[in-house]
Amino acid sequence: MTQQTERSTPVPTSTNLTAIDDAKATPLRRLLHAVGVQNISLLMAIGVLLIIVGTQNPLFFTVGNLRVIGTAIAISGLLAVVQTMVIIMGALDISVGSIAGLTSVTSAMLFTSFGPALGVAGAVAIGVLCGLVNGCIIVFGRVNPVIATLATLAAYKGVAQLVSDGRAQGYTGADGFFVFLARGTIIGVPTLIWVLVLVAVLAHVLLRYTSIGRNIYAVGGNDIASRLAGISINRYIIGIYMLTGGVAAIAGILITARTGSGQPVSGSEGLELEAITAAALGGAALKGGKGTIAGTILAVILLGILTNGMTLLGVNSFWQNVAKGALLVLAVVIQQLRSGERRIGLPG
Amino acid sequence: MSEDIKLAARGISKSFGVVKAVRSVDLELRAGEVTAIMGENGAGKSTLLKILTGDYLPDEGVLELAGTEVHFTDPRQSRVAGLRVIAQEPEILQHVSVAENIYIGALSREGLLFNKRSTYARARADLSRFGFDKVIRPETLGSDLSPAQRQVVEIMRALVDEPTVICFDEPTSSLGDEESAILFALIRRLRDEGIAIGYVSHRMAEIFQLADRITVLRDGASVGTKLTSETNHDELVRMMVGRDLSQFFHREPVAPGEVVLELSGVTNEHVTDIDLSVRAGEVVGIAGLVGAGRSELMKTIVGDLRVSSGQISVEGVPQTFRAPADAVRAGIGFAPEERKAEALVLQRSVRDNISLARLKSLSRWIFIDSSKERALASTYIDRLRIRTPSPEQLVGKLSGGNQQKVVLARWLATSPKLLVLDEPTRGVDVGAKAEIYAIIDELAHAGVAVLVVSSELPEVLGLADRICVMAGGRIVGQMNRAEATEESILALAMDEKANA
Repeated sequence: MTQQTERSTPVPTSTNLTAIDDAKATPLRRLLHAVGVQNISLLMAIGVLLIIVGTQNPLFFTVGNLRVIGTAIAISGLLAVVQTMVIIMGALDISVGSIAGLTSVTSAMLFTSFGPALGVAGAVAIGVLCGLVNGCIIVFGRVNPVIATLATLAAYKGVAQLVSDGRAQGYTGADGFFVFLARGTIIGVPTLIWVLVLVAVLAHVLLRYTSIGRNIYAVGGNDIASRLAGISINRYIIGIYMLTGGVAAIAGILITARTGSGQPVSGSEGLELEAITAAALGGAALKGGKGTIAGTILAVILLGILTNGMTLLGVNSFWQNVAKGALLVLAVVIQQLRSGERRIGLPG
Repeated sequence: MSEDIKLAARGISKSFGVVKAVRSVDLELRAGEVTAIMGENGAGKSTLLKILTGDYLPDEGVLELAGTEVHFTDPRQSRVAGLRVIAQEPEILQHVSVAENIYIGALSREGLLFNKRSTYARARADLSRFGFDKVIRPETLGSDLSPAQRQVVEIMRALVDEPTVICFDEPTSSLGDEESAILFALIRRLRDEGIAIGYVSHRMAEIFQLADRITVLRDGASVGTKLTSETNHDELVRMMVGRDLSQFFHREPVAPGEVVLELSGVTNEHVTDIDLSVRAGEVVGIAGLVGAGRSELMKTIVGDLRVSSGQISVEGVPQTFRAPADAVRAGIGFAPEERKAEALVLQRSVRDNISLARLKSLSRWIFIDSSKERALASTYIDRLRIRTPSPEQLVGKLSGGNQQKVVLARWLATSPKLLVLDEPTRGVDVGAKAEIYAIIDELAHAGVAVLVVSSELPEVLGLADRICVMAGGRIVGQMNRAEATEESILALAMDEKANA
């Protein structure tokens, strides 16, 4: 390279760019950049909601109500966190709700026969197995992830109804462990929230600081390039679906704990949509390669406050659904307009 | 003379944020002339073309078409006015035929129904009228087309509208010599019919073959316009880069070491009975026409395509690559032809892209050592002189030459035994090209075995110690650098094609 260096002339544009970037990088700008525009708009939306609901109903800011919000978002939050990882990888898992239902009912049934430890372990194993099936269908059957998990959404729900005969199973309301999960607190914060925080932090660390996380972004961003760079992308796809199944099983166990018995369908139906909504609202690009756990968690909180606030303000629950849908559309529209992509054809 | 000027752009400027992409550029395209537009990547050629078509609105300046001032706000308007730009990477519908791709938007119809037969007949007639009937068939599906054939479809689309001005944006970057020759003949015919032609290209040789007039851009501004007959290669390069590159491209062969890669009788659905060996410190060039199976052979070597019979050995050890990961482990690095589609994760940073193939060795257990990673990235940014504002810049925002250097950096970081480079300088400007040649030379000196596919014969001749010529999925001849000439390579590549 030495002979090369002598002929070198720095390209003016790139050096100019650096200079300008440095000049503009005030502490405030740097902070804004670190948090990200997406997250800032979510924080602002949360702020506006807090002001509106808080001024309308004094009950909103009580500790009791904040706990209600926290426990309400814990289960869908878990699914949103793993869904974010699936979406970053460029895929989608719409079977998570059904896996949660299946594991809810099996955890309660296993608990009845073998006690809480095996109830929990068995449910997680079943969840991971469901994820493995999803991954194998996608990788080896070459089925589009949406279609594959749409199929297993129906199939797993059916299995849950078969094993439970369509009814709630087991009674965990008297077991110390399940009661602790549902209503216990650690330093004043409900256990349910701790579970969400733990899973979210682990997912964040995995995505941000490990080679596994980096490769998930790479596979979602460009799967061909990732494969040619030596990443075993099939292993990643199957692995992430297994992880998703496992976390969905934890959500299923929490459903069992909260309701006191295993619920094949009623506690988990529609959770997949809430999870996808939160991930998209949090900035995960459905094309893959983009998204953060922080954004998803903010979106989960926003959705939780919105639901709770509307209930407190006496908004009819049908209208609540309309409002949530409208919010998702609004968020995605803003995201698309900001992305600066050419506005032609079907958006990606 | 002024009535000959079909398209005139005067004082065109366009900024994107703080970047002035184009600064008061003047351009005139005359009827019956080919005007080449030259400049390094980032010189503003593509932006200028997009302003001409109405994709971008200029901040300043006037655009005149046949003497009347025009303001295009949409590519459709420029098309209707008789101005067409042939895209470098045309959009082709994958699941419909060539004929339907050509007449997209204006299909033959009977009432409301699409008439397939008459569309095919029309396509066949039009293709043969322009001499493309040997290159492409109207029934072929879009997904089966080679890059060259996609280009042909795009050109046919333009001709259907009977434009008065046609601009080509580096049309030959994906074409082999045979297709290029056909394209040039076509462009000359269009010129003789009185169409004003703009021709953007990096390739000096074809500009001298084709252009009547040459406009040079540098850093977004026009440097000057010359008649081809009154200028030469060195002057143009100086105008483009503002420095003398006349001495670039001398590679001193290194005494080759042990055999690194050995293929014996390798066969699959794309290549047949390939015998090939590459030694440490040796640069082997693979020449051939588009469709000769060169890229497929490279992908077979790096484990992306399966070997059905025959044996690949690395340093004497027989290998069965089930996936590229196995080849990476065996010490093979691969820079594919389609940089954006197959090599880069565009929405991730330069740092991420450089470290991608060796993350494991930068990690403790699964945790990435970020200081090691940053050090690695800056080392290679400096060493390969990647022009990026910072290692955190998104790769998608770099120019083609710098993107290619990022791909090279990724593989250099793995300390490969063998580096497979498929068209390493495609779409790369002159300056970056010289730098990439220097990198390849340096690698050979360091004892890396290098396999280079290139459609530019001077590049193969300049780089390679040994040249293998491919045709029809086979290696049809090998020659040493001393005995190889452009003519002898081309003769082999084309002769075999006629026999096949």
